[in-house]
Amino acid sequence: MIKLGAVYVLAGLVFGAFAVLSAMDRNNRKRFGNAAFWALVAASFLAGDYLGDLGNGVLVLALALIAGLGLLGLGEPATTSREERQALAERFGEKLFIPALTLPVVVAFGVLVLKPATIGGAPLLDPKQATLISLALAAVIAVGVGLILLRQPLMSPLQEGRRLMDTVGWAALLPQMLAALGAVFAIAGVGELIGQLVTSYIPMDARLTAVAVYCLGTAGFTMIMGNAFAAFPVMTAGIGLPILIKQFGGDPAVVASIGMLSGFCGTLMTPLAANFNLVPAALLELPDRYAVIKAQIPTALPLLIANVILMYVLAF
Amino acid sequence: MLTLLGVAAVVVGFAIRLNPLLVVVIAAFITGLAAGLSPVEVLKAFGKAFNENRFVSAAYLILPVIGVVERAGLQERARTLIGRFKGVSVGPFLIVYLAFRQITSALGLTSIAGHAQSIRPMVAPMAEGAVEARTGPLNAETRQATRAMASATDNIGLFFGEDIFIAIGSILLMVGFLATAGITIDPIHLSIWAIPTAIVAFLIHGGRLLVFDRKLRARAGA
Repeated sequence: MIKLGAVYVLAGLVFGAFAVLSAMDRNNRKRFGNAAFWALVAASFLAGDYLGDLGNGVLVLALALIAGLGLLGLGEPATTSREERQALAERFGEKLFIPALTLPVVVAFGVLVLKPATIGGAPLLDPKQATLISLALAAVIAVGVGLILLRQPLMSPLQEGRRLMDTVGWAALLPQMLAALGAVFAIAGVGELIGQLVTSYIPMDARLTAVAVYCLGTAGFTMIMGNAFAAFPVMTAGIGLPILIKQFGGDPAVVASIGMLSGFCGTLMTPLAANFNLVPAALLELPDRYAVIKAQIPTALPLLIANVILMYVLAF
Repeated sequence: MLTLLGVAAVVVGFAIRLNPLLVVVIAAFITGLAAGLSPVEVLKAFGKAFNENRFVSAAYLILPVIGVVERAGLQERARTLIGRFKGVSVGPFLIVYLAFRQITSALGLTSIAGHAQSIRPMVAPMAEGAVEARTGPLNAETRQATRAMASATDNIGLFFGEDIFIAIGSILLMVGFLATAGITIDPIHLSIWAIPTAIVAFLIHGGRLLVFDRKLRARAGA
Protein backbone atom coordinates (compact mmCIF):
# COMPACT_ATOMS: atom_id res chain seq x y z
CA MET A 1 0.00 0.00 0.00
CA ILE A 2 1.29 3.42 -0.91
CA LYS A 3 0.99 5.65 2.14
CA LEU A 4 1.41 9.33 2.83
CA GLY A 5 4.92 8.63 4.13
CA ALA A 6 6.14 8.14 0.58
CA VAL A 7 4.75 11.53 -0.40
CA TYR A 8 6.52 13.11 2.58
CA VAL A 9 9.86 11.60 1.58
CA LEU A 10 9.43 12.96 -1.94
CA ALA A 11 8.42 16.40 -0.61
CA GLY A 12 11.39 16.35 1.77
CA LEU A 13 13.81 15.61 -1.06
CA VAL A 14 12.32 18.32 -3.29
CA PHE A 15 12.45 20.96 -0.54
CA GLY A 16 15.98 19.79 0.28
CA ALA A 17 16.95 20.44 -3.34
CA PHE A 18 15.30 23.89 -3.15
CA ALA A 19 17.47 24.61 -0.08
CA VAL A 20 20.72 23.54 -1.75
CA LEU A 21 19.95 25.45 -4.95
CA SER A 22 18.97 28.51 -2.90
CA ALA A 23 22.29 28.45 -1.07
CA MET A 24 24.13 28.46 -4.41
CA ASP A 25 22.07 31.30 -5.91
CA ARG A 26 24.36 34.34 -5.90
CA ASN A 27 21.66 36.53 -7.44
CA ASN A 28 19.71 36.37 -4.19
CA ARG A 29 21.12 38.67 -1.55
CA LYS A 30 19.30 36.73 1.15
CA ARG A 31 20.15 33.29 -0.25
CA PHE A 32 21.06 31.77 3.11
CA GLY A 33 17.74 32.84 4.58
CA ASN A 34 15.90 31.00 1.80
CA ALA A 35 18.25 28.02 2.12
CA ALA A 36 17.62 27.74 5.87
CA PHE A 37 13.86 28.15 5.47
CA TRP A 38 13.45 25.43 2.84
CA ALA A 39 15.95 23.19 4.65
CA LEU A 40 13.77 23.34 7.76
CA VAL A 41 10.72 22.41 5.70
CA ALA A 42 12.71 19.51 4.21
CA ALA A 43 13.71 18.39 7.70
CA SER A 44 10.08 18.51 8.80
CA PHE A 45 9.00 16.25 5.93
CA LEU A 46 11.91 13.81 6.23
CA ALA A 47 12.36 13.64 9.99
CA GLY A 48 9.28 15.24 11.57
CA ASP A 49 8.20 12.00 13.19
CA TYR A 50 11.58 11.57 14.89
CA LEU A 51 12.05 15.13 16.14
CA GLY A 52 9.61 14.86 19.03
CA ASP A 53 6.96 17.45 19.86
CA LEU A 54 9.44 19.92 21.32
CA GLY A 55 11.81 19.50 18.37
CA ASN A 56 8.97 20.24 15.97
CA GLY A 57 7.98 23.22 18.09
CA VAL A 58 11.49 24.65 17.87
CA LEU A 59 11.49 24.02 14.11
CA VAL A 60 8.27 26.00 13.69
CA LEU A 61 9.64 28.79 15.85
CA ALA A 62 12.73 28.98 13.63
CA LEU A 63 10.57 29.14 10.48
CA ALA A 64 8.50 31.97 11.96
CA LEU A 65 11.61 33.89 12.99
CA ILE A 66 13.26 33.60 9.57
CA ALA A 67 10.05 34.90 7.97
CA GLY A 68 9.32 37.51 10.64
CA LEU A 69 12.82 39.00 10.56
CA GLY A 70 12.58 39.44 6.79
CA LEU A 71 15.39 37.02 5.97
CA LEU A 72 13.62 35.58 2.91
CA GLY A 73 14.55 36.89 -0.52
CA LEU A 74 13.59 35.96 -4.06
CA GLY A 75 15.71 33.35 -5.80
CA GLU A 76 16.64 34.08 -9.40
CA PRO A 77 17.43 30.84 -11.17
CA ALA A 78 18.53 31.22 -14.79
CA THR A 79 15.33 30.95 -16.82
CA THR A 80 13.96 31.86 -20.23
CA SER A 81 13.30 35.53 -21.03
CA ARG A 82 9.92 36.89 -22.03
CA GLU A 83 10.95 36.96 -25.70
CA GLU A 84 12.28 33.41 -25.58
CA ARG A 85 9.02 32.27 -24.01
CA GLN A 86 7.04 33.98 -26.72
CA ALA A 87 9.14 32.17 -29.35
CA LEU A 88 8.86 28.84 -27.53
CA ALA A 89 5.11 29.33 -27.25
CA GLU A 90 4.93 29.75 -31.04
CA ARG A 91 7.09 26.68 -31.62
CA PHE A 92 5.41 24.28 -29.19
CA GLY A 93 1.84 25.50 -29.71
CA GLU A 94 -0.91 23.51 -28.03
CA LYS A 95 1.64 20.87 -26.98
CA LEU A 96 2.38 23.16 -24.04
CA PHE A 97 -0.94 22.33 -22.43
CA ILE A 98 -0.24 18.59 -22.31
CA PRO A 99 1.97 18.48 -19.17
CA ALA A 100 -0.36 20.83 -17.30
CA LEU A 101 -3.39 18.78 -18.30
CA THR A 102 -1.59 15.57 -17.34
CA LEU A 103 -2.10 16.69 -13.74
CA PRO A 104 -5.91 16.58 -13.67
CA VAL A 105 -6.03 13.43 -15.79
CA VAL A 106 -3.72 11.48 -13.45
CA VAL A 107 -5.45 12.87 -10.33
CA ALA A 108 -8.84 11.83 -11.72
CA PHE A 109 -7.40 8.41 -12.62
CA GLY A 110 -6.02 8.08 -9.08
CA VAL A 111 -9.26 9.06 -7.38
CA LEU A 112 -11.59 7.09 -9.67
CA VAL A 113 -9.49 4.00 -10.54
CA LEU A 114 -6.53 3.56 -8.19
CA LYS A 115 -8.35 4.50 -4.99
CA PRO A 116 -10.85 1.61 -5.17
CA ALA A 117 -8.15 -0.80 -6.46
CA THR A 118 -6.77 -3.52 -4.18
CA ILE A 119 -3.73 -5.78 -4.38
CA GLY A 120 -4.10 -9.07 -2.52
CA GLY A 121 -6.98 -7.66 -0.51
CA ALA A 122 -5.10 -4.55 0.66
CA PRO A 123 -5.89 -1.19 -0.92
CA LEU A 124 -3.28 0.09 -3.37
CA LEU A 125 -3.41 3.64 -1.97
CA ASP A 126 -4.04 4.60 1.64
CA PRO A 127 -7.78 5.33 1.29
CA LYS A 128 -7.72 8.32 3.65
CA GLN A 129 -5.06 10.11 1.66
CA ALA A 130 -5.75 8.82 -1.85
CA THR A 131 -6.25 12.30 -3.32
CA LEU A 132 -2.96 13.68 -2.05
CA ILE A 133 -1.08 10.54 -3.11
CA SER A 134 -2.68 10.84 -6.56
CA LEU A 135 -1.63 14.48 -6.72
CA ALA A 136 1.99 13.60 -5.91
CA LEU A 137 1.93 10.81 -8.48
CA ALA A 138 0.48 13.22 -11.04
CA ALA A 139 3.19 15.77 -10.26
CA VAL A 140 5.96 13.23 -10.92
CA ILE A 141 4.41 11.93 -14.14
CA ALA A 142 3.70 15.44 -15.41
CA VAL A 143 7.32 16.50 -14.79
CA GLY A 144 8.45 13.53 -16.89
CA VAL A 145 6.02 14.39 -19.67
CA GLY A 146 7.10 18.04 -19.57
CA LEU A 147 10.82 17.27 -19.72
CA ILE A 148 10.51 14.87 -22.64
CA LEU A 149 7.82 16.61 -24.66
CA LEU A 150 9.22 20.13 -24.29
CA ARG A 151 12.91 19.09 -24.14
CA GLN A 152 13.62 21.15 -21.02
CA PRO A 153 16.88 20.91 -19.03
CA LEU A 154 16.99 18.14 -16.43
CA MET A 155 17.43 20.60 -13.58
CA SER A 156 14.58 22.83 -14.70
CA PRO A 157 11.85 21.21 -12.53
CA LEU A 158 13.87 21.91 -9.39
CA GLN A 159 15.07 25.36 -10.46
CA GLU A 160 11.67 26.49 -11.74
CA GLY A 161 9.95 24.90 -8.76
CA ARG A 162 12.26 26.88 -6.49
CA ARG A 163 11.45 30.07 -8.38
CA LEU A 164 7.71 29.54 -7.80
CA MET A 165 8.26 28.45 -4.20
CA ASP A 166 10.19 31.65 -3.50
CA THR A 167 7.36 33.62 -5.13
CA VAL A 168 4.94 32.14 -2.60
CA GLY A 169 7.56 32.54 0.14
CA TRP A 170 6.54 32.41 3.81
CA ALA A 171 2.86 32.30 2.81
CA ALA A 172 3.47 28.69 1.76
CA LEU A 173 3.78 27.59 5.38
CA LEU A 174 0.91 29.70 6.71
CA PRO A 175 -1.89 27.15 6.10
CA GLN A 176 -0.02 24.47 8.03
CA MET A 177 0.81 26.93 10.83
CA LEU A 178 -2.83 28.00 11.08
CA ALA A 179 -3.89 24.36 11.34
CA ALA A 180 -1.48 24.03 14.27
CA LEU A 181 -2.90 27.20 15.83
CA GLY A 182 -6.35 25.63 15.53
CA ALA A 183 -5.09 22.71 17.62
CA VAL A 184 -3.89 25.10 20.34
CA PHE A 185 -7.25 26.90 20.21
CA ALA A 186 -8.95 23.52 20.69
CA ILE A 187 -6.81 22.69 23.74
CA ALA A 188 -7.64 26.06 25.27
CA GLY A 189 -11.37 25.67 24.52
CA VAL A 190 -11.59 28.87 22.47
CA GLY A 191 -14.40 27.51 20.29
CA GLU A 192 -16.70 26.51 23.14
CA LEU A 193 -16.13 29.87 24.80
CA ILE A 194 -17.14 31.84 21.70
CA GLY A 195 -20.12 29.52 21.21
CA GLN A 196 -21.29 30.22 24.77
CA LEU A 197 -20.89 33.96 24.30
CA VAL A 198 -22.99 33.94 21.14
CA THR A 199 -25.74 31.74 22.53
CA SER A 200 -26.06 33.38 25.95
CA TYR A 201 -26.18 37.01 24.86
CA ILE A 202 -28.38 36.93 21.77
CA PRO A 203 -32.09 36.32 22.25
CA MET A 204 -33.45 33.76 19.79
CA ASP A 205 -37.17 33.46 20.43
CA ALA A 206 -38.09 34.18 16.83
CA ARG A 207 -37.35 31.56 14.19
CA LEU A 208 -35.91 34.03 11.68
CA THR A 209 -33.58 35.54 14.28
CA ALA A 210 -32.36 32.09 15.26
CA VAL A 211 -31.72 31.14 11.63
CA ALA A 212 -29.89 34.41 11.02
CA VAL A 213 -27.77 34.09 14.16
CA TYR A 214 -26.85 30.51 13.25
CA CYS A 215 -25.84 31.30 9.65
CA LEU A 216 -24.11 34.61 10.33
CA GLY A 217 -22.53 33.19 13.49
CA THR A 218 -21.10 30.19 11.65
CA ALA A 219 -19.68 32.50 8.98
CA GLY A 220 -18.23 34.93 11.54
CA PHE A 221 -16.80 32.16 13.65
CA THR A 222 -15.26 30.60 10.53
CA MET A 223 -13.56 33.93 9.81
CA ILE A 224 -12.00 33.88 13.29
CA MET A 225 -10.91 30.23 13.14
CA GLY A 226 -10.05 30.23 9.43
CA ASN A 227 -11.93 26.99 8.93
CA ALA A 228 -15.60 26.09 8.69
CA PHE A 229 -14.85 22.65 10.11
CA ALA A 230 -13.88 24.27 13.42
CA ALA A 231 -16.89 26.58 13.50
CA PHE A 232 -19.60 24.14 12.45
CA PRO A 233 -19.59 21.79 15.47
CA VAL A 234 -19.54 24.66 17.97
CA MET A 235 -22.32 26.68 16.37
CA THR A 236 -24.45 23.64 15.62
CA ALA A 237 -24.13 22.37 19.18
CA GLY A 238 -24.95 25.85 20.48
CA ILE A 239 -27.76 26.96 18.17
CA GLY A 240 -28.45 24.61 15.27
CA LEU A 241 -29.27 21.53 17.29
CA PRO A 242 -31.02 22.82 20.45
CA ILE A 243 -32.90 25.73 18.89
CA LEU A 244 -33.37 25.25 15.13
CA ILE A 245 -33.79 21.46 15.10
CA LYS A 246 -35.20 20.61 18.54
CA GLN A 247 -37.16 23.74 19.48
CA PHE A 248 -38.42 24.88 16.07
CA GLY A 249 -38.46 21.42 14.43
CA GLY A 250 -36.18 22.22 11.50
CA ASP A 251 -35.09 19.50 9.06
CA PRO A 252 -31.60 18.45 10.29
CA ALA A 253 -30.27 17.84 6.76
CA VAL A 254 -31.21 21.35 5.60
CA VAL A 255 -29.98 23.04 8.77
CA ALA A 256 -26.62 21.23 8.77
CA SER A 257 -25.97 21.51 5.04
CA ILE A 258 -26.79 25.19 4.68
CA GLY A 259 -25.11 25.89 8.02
CA MET A 260 -21.86 24.45 6.69
CA LEU A 261 -22.19 26.43 3.45
CA SER A 262 -22.67 29.60 5.50
CA GLY A 263 -19.35 28.75 7.08
CA PHE A 264 -17.85 28.51 3.58
CA CYS A 265 -19.03 32.09 2.94
CA GLY A 266 -16.92 33.04 5.95
CA THR A 267 -13.95 31.15 4.52
CA LEU A 268 -14.08 33.42 1.46
CA MET A 269 -13.69 36.50 3.63
CA THR A 270 -10.82 35.69 5.99
CA PRO A 271 -7.03 35.84 5.65
CA LEU A 272 -6.90 32.92 8.08
CA ALA A 273 -8.01 30.60 5.29
CA ALA A 274 -4.55 31.20 3.90
CA ASN A 275 -4.33 28.40 1.35
CA PHE A 276 -7.43 29.69 -0.45
CA ASN A 277 -6.96 33.42 0.03
CA LEU A 278 -3.34 34.44 0.68
CA VAL A 279 -1.31 31.77 -1.13
CA PRO A 280 -3.05 32.51 -4.48
CA ALA A 281 -2.37 36.23 -4.07
CA ALA A 282 1.32 35.38 -3.64
CA LEU A 283 1.27 32.87 -6.52
CA LEU A 284 -0.27 35.45 -8.86
CA GLU A 285 2.24 38.07 -7.70
CA LEU A 286 -0.45 40.49 -6.52
CA PRO A 287 1.01 43.36 -4.49
CA ASP A 288 -2.06 43.50 -2.22
CA ARG A 289 -2.03 40.29 -0.18
CA TYR A 290 -5.76 40.70 0.48
CA ALA A 291 -6.69 41.22 -3.21
CA VAL A 292 -8.35 37.79 -3.59
CA ILE A 293 -10.41 38.26 -0.42
CA LYS A 294 -11.54 41.67 -1.66
CA ALA A 295 -12.64 40.06 -4.94
CA GLN A 296 -14.64 37.45 -3.00
CA ILE A 297 -16.50 39.55 -0.42
CA PRO A 298 -19.11 40.94 -2.85
CA THR A 299 -20.07 37.34 -3.69
CA ALA A 300 -19.80 35.97 -0.16
CA LEU A 301 -22.02 38.53 1.57
CA PRO A 302 -25.11 38.27 -0.67
CA LEU A 303 -24.68 34.49 -0.71
CA LEU A 304 -24.66 34.45 3.08
CA ILE A 305 -27.94 36.37 3.14
CA ALA A 306 -29.30 33.98 0.52
CA ASN A 307 -28.37 31.10 2.83
CA VAL A 308 -30.38 32.62 5.67
CA ILE A 309 -33.40 32.89 3.40
CA LEU A 310 -32.92 29.39 1.95
CA MET A 311 -32.67 27.83 5.38
CA TYR A 312 -35.69 29.75 6.65
CA VAL A 313 -37.77 28.64 3.69
CA LEU A 314 -36.52 25.08 3.21
CA ALA A 315 -35.93 23.80 6.75
CA PHE A 316 -39.38 24.42 8.22
CA MET B 1 -12.22 34.89 28.88
CA LEU B 2 -8.47 35.47 28.78
CA THR B 3 -8.08 32.69 26.21
CA LEU B 4 -9.82 34.96 23.69
CA LEU B 5 -6.80 37.27 23.79
CA GLY B 6 -5.15 34.92 21.29
CA VAL B 7 -8.02 35.48 18.87
CA ALA B 8 -7.65 39.23 19.37
CA ALA B 9 -3.90 38.92 18.67
CA VAL B 10 -4.66 37.22 15.34
CA VAL B 11 -7.15 39.90 14.32
CA VAL B 12 -4.86 42.78 15.25
CA GLY B 13 -1.74 41.12 13.83
CA PHE B 14 -3.36 40.50 10.45
CA ALA B 15 -4.95 43.95 10.41
CA ILE B 16 -1.65 45.77 10.93
CA ARG B 17 0.02 43.37 8.47
CA LEU B 18 2.70 41.93 10.72
CA ASN B 19 4.31 38.82 9.26
CA PRO B 20 1.50 36.24 9.58
CA LEU B 21 3.82 33.39 10.62
CA LEU B 22 4.95 35.46 13.61
CA VAL B 23 1.37 36.46 14.37
CA VAL B 24 0.31 32.82 14.47
CA VAL B 25 3.14 31.81 16.80
CA ILE B 26 2.46 34.76 19.12
CA ALA B 27 -1.27 33.99 19.16
CA ALA B 28 -0.55 30.35 20.01
CA PHE B 29 1.58 31.40 22.98
CA ILE B 30 -0.96 33.94 24.26
CA THR B 31 -3.78 31.41 23.98
CA GLY B 32 -1.83 28.57 25.55
CA LEU B 33 -0.46 30.64 28.43
CA ALA B 34 -3.91 32.09 29.14
CA ALA B 35 -5.26 28.53 29.29
CA GLY B 36 -2.69 27.67 31.94
CA LEU B 37 -0.08 25.84 29.86
CA SER B 38 3.63 26.45 30.36
CA PRO B 39 5.64 27.93 27.45
CA VAL B 40 7.25 24.55 26.80
CA GLU B 41 3.85 22.85 26.77
CA VAL B 42 2.58 25.38 24.22
CA LEU B 43 5.62 24.82 22.04
CA LYS B 44 5.11 21.05 22.26
CA ALA B 45 1.41 21.23 21.42
CA PHE B 46 2.12 23.58 18.52
CA GLY B 47 4.97 21.46 17.18
CA LYS B 48 2.94 18.27 17.40
CA ALA B 49 0.01 19.77 15.51
CA PHE B 50 2.36 21.28 12.91
CA ASN B 51 3.88 17.86 12.27
CA GLU B 52 0.47 16.20 12.01
CA ASN B 53 -0.65 18.73 9.40
CA ARG B 54 2.26 18.30 6.98
CA PHE B 55 -0.13 17.02 4.32
CA VAL B 56 -1.32 20.61 3.92
CA SER B 57 2.07 21.65 2.52
CA ALA B 58 2.77 18.48 0.51
CA ALA B 59 0.60 19.86 -2.30
CA TYR B 60 3.46 22.17 -3.35
CA LEU B 61 4.91 19.13 -5.11
CA ILE B 62 3.06 20.28 -8.20
CA LEU B 63 5.07 23.51 -8.50
CA PRO B 64 8.04 21.97 -10.39
CA VAL B 65 5.95 20.91 -13.39
CA ILE B 66 4.14 24.24 -13.43
CA GLY B 67 7.52 25.96 -13.48
CA VAL B 68 8.72 23.77 -16.35
CA VAL B 69 5.75 24.55 -18.58
CA GLU B 70 6.00 28.25 -17.74
CA ARG B 71 9.68 28.15 -18.72
CA ALA B 72 8.61 26.72 -22.08
CA GLY B 73 6.02 29.47 -22.62
CA LEU B 74 2.65 28.10 -21.45
CA GLN B 75 1.42 31.43 -20.03
CA GLU B 76 2.24 33.19 -23.31
CA ARG B 77 0.53 30.45 -25.29
CA ALA B 78 -2.58 30.56 -23.11
CA ARG B 79 -2.75 34.32 -23.58
CA THR B 80 -2.50 34.25 -27.39
CA LEU B 81 -4.77 31.23 -27.72
CA ILE B 82 -7.71 33.01 -26.11
CA GLY B 83 -7.01 36.14 -28.17
CA ARG B 84 -7.66 34.14 -31.31
CA PHE B 85 -11.25 33.52 -30.28
CA LYS B 86 -12.44 37.08 -30.80
CA GLY B 87 -15.88 36.33 -29.44
CA VAL B 88 -14.65 35.18 -26.01
CA SER B 89 -14.89 37.86 -23.39
CA VAL B 90 -13.51 37.57 -19.87
CA GLY B 91 -16.90 37.39 -18.14
CA PRO B 92 -18.33 34.42 -20.03
CA PHE B 93 -14.90 32.75 -20.02
CA LEU B 94 -14.72 32.79 -16.22
CA ILE B 95 -18.39 31.78 -15.98
CA VAL B 96 -17.57 28.63 -17.96
CA TYR B 97 -14.64 27.97 -15.62
CA LEU B 98 -16.93 28.50 -12.61
CA ALA B 99 -19.40 25.95 -13.94
CA PHE B 100 -16.59 23.51 -14.74
CA ARG B 101 -15.16 23.85 -11.22
CA GLN B 102 -18.55 23.47 -9.54
CA ILE B 103 -19.56 20.42 -11.57
CA THR B 104 -16.24 18.57 -11.27
CA SER B 105 -16.10 19.32 -7.53
CA ALA B 106 -19.63 17.99 -7.17
CA LEU B 107 -18.34 14.75 -8.71
CA GLY B 108 -15.61 14.57 -6.07
CA LEU B 109 -12.82 15.76 -8.37
CA THR B 110 -11.79 18.68 -6.17
CA SER B 111 -8.06 18.35 -6.83
CA ILE B 112 -8.06 18.38 -10.61
CA ALA B 113 -7.84 22.17 -10.66
CA GLY B 114 -6.57 24.85 -8.33
CA HIS B 115 -4.56 28.04 -7.98
CA ALA B 116 -1.14 26.51 -8.66
CA GLN B 117 -2.07 23.97 -11.31
CA SER B 118 -4.69 25.82 -13.33
CA ILE B 119 -5.15 29.48 -12.34
CA ARG B 120 -1.53 30.65 -12.51
CA PRO B 121 -0.39 28.78 -15.62
CA MET B 122 -3.60 28.81 -17.71
CA VAL B 123 -6.80 30.42 -16.45
CA ALA B 124 -5.37 33.77 -15.32
CA PRO B 125 -3.29 34.27 -18.51
CA MET B 126 -6.33 33.33 -20.61
CA ALA B 127 -8.51 35.77 -18.67
CA GLU B 128 -5.90 38.47 -19.17
CA GLY B 129 -5.65 37.55 -22.85
CA ALA B 130 -9.41 37.82 -23.23
CA VAL B 131 -9.37 41.32 -21.77
CA GLU B 132 -6.37 42.29 -23.88
CA ALA B 133 -7.97 41.09 -27.10
CA ARG B 134 -10.84 43.50 -26.58
CA THR B 135 -9.27 46.49 -24.89
CA GLY B 136 -5.58 46.44 -25.78
CA PRO B 137 -2.60 46.14 -23.39
CA LEU B 138 -3.53 45.97 -19.72
CA ASN B 139 -2.42 48.41 -17.07
CA ALA B 140 -1.19 46.99 -13.75
CA GLU B 141 -4.46 47.66 -11.96
CA THR B 142 -6.61 45.83 -14.51
CA ARG B 143 -4.16 42.95 -14.70
CA GLN B 144 -4.25 42.48 -10.93
CA ALA B 145 -8.03 42.78 -10.75
CA THR B 146 -8.38 40.14 -13.48
CA ARG B 147 -6.00 37.74 -11.73
CA ALA B 148 -7.72 38.21 -8.36
CA MET B 149 -11.09 37.56 -9.99
CA ALA B 150 -9.77 34.36 -11.58
CA SER B 151 -8.59 33.08 -8.20
CA ALA B 152 -11.83 34.10 -6.51
CA THR B 153 -13.77 32.20 -9.17
CA ASP B 154 -11.76 29.04 -8.46
CA ASN B 155 -12.49 29.23 -4.71
CA ILE B 156 -16.18 29.91 -5.19
CA GLY B 157 -16.55 27.09 -7.71
CA LEU B 158 -14.77 24.68 -5.37
CA PHE B 159 -16.59 25.63 -2.16
CA PHE B 160 -20.06 25.59 -3.66
CA GLY B 161 -19.56 22.42 -5.64
CA GLU B 162 -17.72 20.06 -3.30
CA ASP B 163 -20.53 19.80 -0.75
CA ILE B 164 -22.73 18.14 -3.37
CA PHE B 165 -20.34 15.17 -3.38
CA ILE B 166 -21.40 12.70 -0.70
CA ALA B 167 -17.95 11.51 0.38
CA ILE B 168 -16.32 14.91 0.93
CA GLY B 169 -14.84 15.76 4.35
CA SER B 170 -17.45 18.32 5.34
CA ILE B 171 -20.33 15.92 4.69
CA LEU B 172 -18.63 13.21 6.74
CA LEU B 173 -18.11 15.71 9.53
CA MET B 174 -21.80 16.63 9.51
CA VAL B 175 -22.93 13.00 9.49
CA GLY B 176 -20.61 12.19 12.39
CA PHE B 177 -21.63 15.24 14.37
CA LEU B 178 -25.34 14.62 13.97
CA ALA B 179 -24.84 10.94 14.83
CA THR B 180 -23.30 11.84 18.20
CA ALA B 181 -26.41 13.97 18.82
CA GLY B 182 -28.61 10.94 18.13
CA ILE B 183 -29.73 12.04 14.64
CA THR B 184 -29.07 9.47 11.93
CA ILE B 185 -28.91 11.04 8.51
CA ASP B 186 -28.10 9.71 5.05
CA PRO B 187 -25.21 11.69 3.48
CA ILE B 188 -27.20 11.99 0.26
CA HIS B 189 -29.71 14.29 1.98
CA LEU B 190 -26.95 16.64 3.04
CA SER B 191 -25.65 16.62 -0.54
CA ILE B 192 -29.05 17.42 -2.01
CA TRP B 193 -29.56 20.39 0.28
CA ALA B 194 -26.24 21.82 -0.84
CA ILE B 195 -27.65 22.24 -4.35
CA PRO B 196 -29.84 25.33 -3.78
CA THR B 197 -26.89 27.30 -2.39
CA ALA B 198 -24.70 26.07 -5.25
CA ILE B 199 -27.19 27.43 -7.77
CA VAL B 200 -27.48 30.78 -6.00
CA ALA B 201 -23.68 30.98 -5.78
CA PHE B 202 -23.44 30.43 -9.53
CA LEU B 203 -26.03 33.12 -10.22
CA ILE B 204 -24.49 35.70 -7.88
CA HIS B 205 -20.89 35.18 -8.93
CA GLY B 206 -21.80 34.74 -12.59
CA GLY B 207 -23.67 38.04 -12.46
CA ARG B 208 -20.68 39.72 -10.87
CA LEU B 209 -18.40 38.37 -13.60
CA LEU B 210 -20.64 39.93 -16.26
CA VAL B 211 -20.60 43.25 -14.42
CA PHE B 212 -16.82 43.00 -14.06
CA ASP B 213 -16.52 42.40 -17.79
CA ARG B 214 -18.72 45.37 -18.66
CA LYS B 215 -16.82 47.63 -16.28
CA LEU B 216 -13.47 46.74 -17.87
CA ARG B 217 -14.89 47.49 -21.32
CA ALA B 218 -16.41 50.75 -20.20
CA ARG B 219 -13.11 51.78 -18.66
CA ALA B 220 -11.27 50.97 -21.89
CA GLY B 221 -13.82 52.80 -24.00
CA ALA B 222 -13.69 55.93 -21.88
